[in-house]
Amino acid sequence: MANDPIHQFQIAKWVPIEIGGLDLSFTNSAAFMVATVAVAGAFLFLTTSTRGLIPGRLQSISEMSYEFVASMLRDAAGSQGMKFFPLVFSLFMFVLVANLLGLFPYFFTVTSHIIVTFALALLVIGTVVVYGFMKHGFGFLKLFVPEGVPGILVPLVVLIEVISFLSRPISLSVRLFANMLAGHITLKVFAGFVVSLSAAGFVGVAGAVLPLAMTVAITALEVLVAFLQAYVFAVLTCMYLNDALHPGH
Amino acid sequence: MFVTPGYAQETAPAEGGAHGEPVEDGAHAAAAEGGAHTEQAEGHGSFPPFDASTFPSQILWLAITFGLFYLFLKKVVLPRVGGILEDRSARISGDLDEAARMKAEADAAVAAYEQELAEAKAKANAIGQQANEASKAEAEAARKKVEESLGKKLAAAESQIATIKSNAMREVGSIAEETSAAIVQQLTGGKVDKAAVAAAVKSVRG
Repeated sequence: MANDPIHQFQIAKWVPIEIGGLDLSFTNSAAFMVATVAVAGAFLFLTTSTRGLIPGRLQSISEMSYEFVASMLRDAAGSQGMKFFPLVFSLFMFVLVANLLGLFPYFFTVTSHIIVTFALALLVIGTVVVYGFMKHGFGFLKLFVPEGVPGILVPLVVLIEVISFLSRPISLSVRLFANMLAGHITLKVFAGFVVSLSAAGFVGVAGAVLPLAMTVAITALEVLVAFLQAYVFAVLTCMYLNDALHPGH
Repeated sequence: MFVTPGYAQETAPAEGGAHGEPVEDGAHAAAAEGGAHTEQAEGHGSFPPFDASTFPSQILWLAITFGLFYLFLKKVVLPRVGGILEDRSARISGDLDEAARMKAEADAAVAAYEQELAEAKAKANAIGQQANEASKAEAEAARKKVEESLGKKLAAAESQIATIKSNAMREVGSIAEETSAAIVQQLTGGKVDKAAVAAAVKSVRG
């Protein structure tokens, strides 16, 4: 059980709650969502509380993340896109902190569950669809008809565009989920090798150095992936929001 | 589909481990594994991320936590960070404006100074020129005065010379008459007619 790489993804009920036949228990997943939000919110709140004209190190981190996401959104969706800044920034910080927290041993990784990433992706696509129709009415459907396409090809292109649009929430959520899942499984498997090899005497302990080195290297890689996936999620969100703002390309 | 590999991974190492161990421990391990299996099968029955029974709770808590996070960032954190950044850029541009204003002031002071300098130079030149001209005129006047007095003296001297000369010439005539009368008296031993001598001298002198 200790070496089971899947065990870390188990949902454990901490406070069982059941309403109308639905299991709404407060689980370890929920606890780490709360932790993610608390850590990210407290960090951003406390580091900026002095409102220093000359920022300290921690305030610089908050300001850098703000400007990082702001410039990302402005580049992708223009200055009109800034009305979605709180959403994109929240998504970026939530995914980033959830990914990073998940790297601690014995911690649960919220983003390693497809339903969480899928819910976030649906939030993004839902925002795009709702805002797109609100802003442009049926003009939003121009999104599926690129300009300059020969008449015969239009049905085919529209079909492809619709499929690509529908696959967006899936690719957005599966990308994040699969990266976190695979990374943590790999980490667990290599760490498991260390334990099972070192149980086999002196030669085993000597041989365990290799997987241990791999574990260290993969941990470093996972830190990078944690940031990268949060970035990718935010960038794609920006691009999809750009479609809602400017459906005619 | 995901159940099978999960189970395979889980059971394979356990059985492999059990082979090498003493029989009692192996049995214990197998029993423990079996217990875990049944518990897992009852509780979740599948690969945890695809266990639909946990979905409602996860969605609910995600909605609660992310919703609160979104509101907190939107209402508190982002206005604050945006305000900090805005204050800073305002301060920087304000400082730049102030610097530009001071530079303009300095430029104006330099221009005023240069103008004053030029004015002073022109004034000094004018004064110099005036002084120069005045001294020239003075010198000229003095020179003229001196020249004038010199001319007067010269004229006086010339007139004096002329009178002296004419006197001398007149005396020269009387001397010649006396001399010639004396000479004639010596030669002839008689009385000499003064008038004749004077006429003779006069005729010689022309």
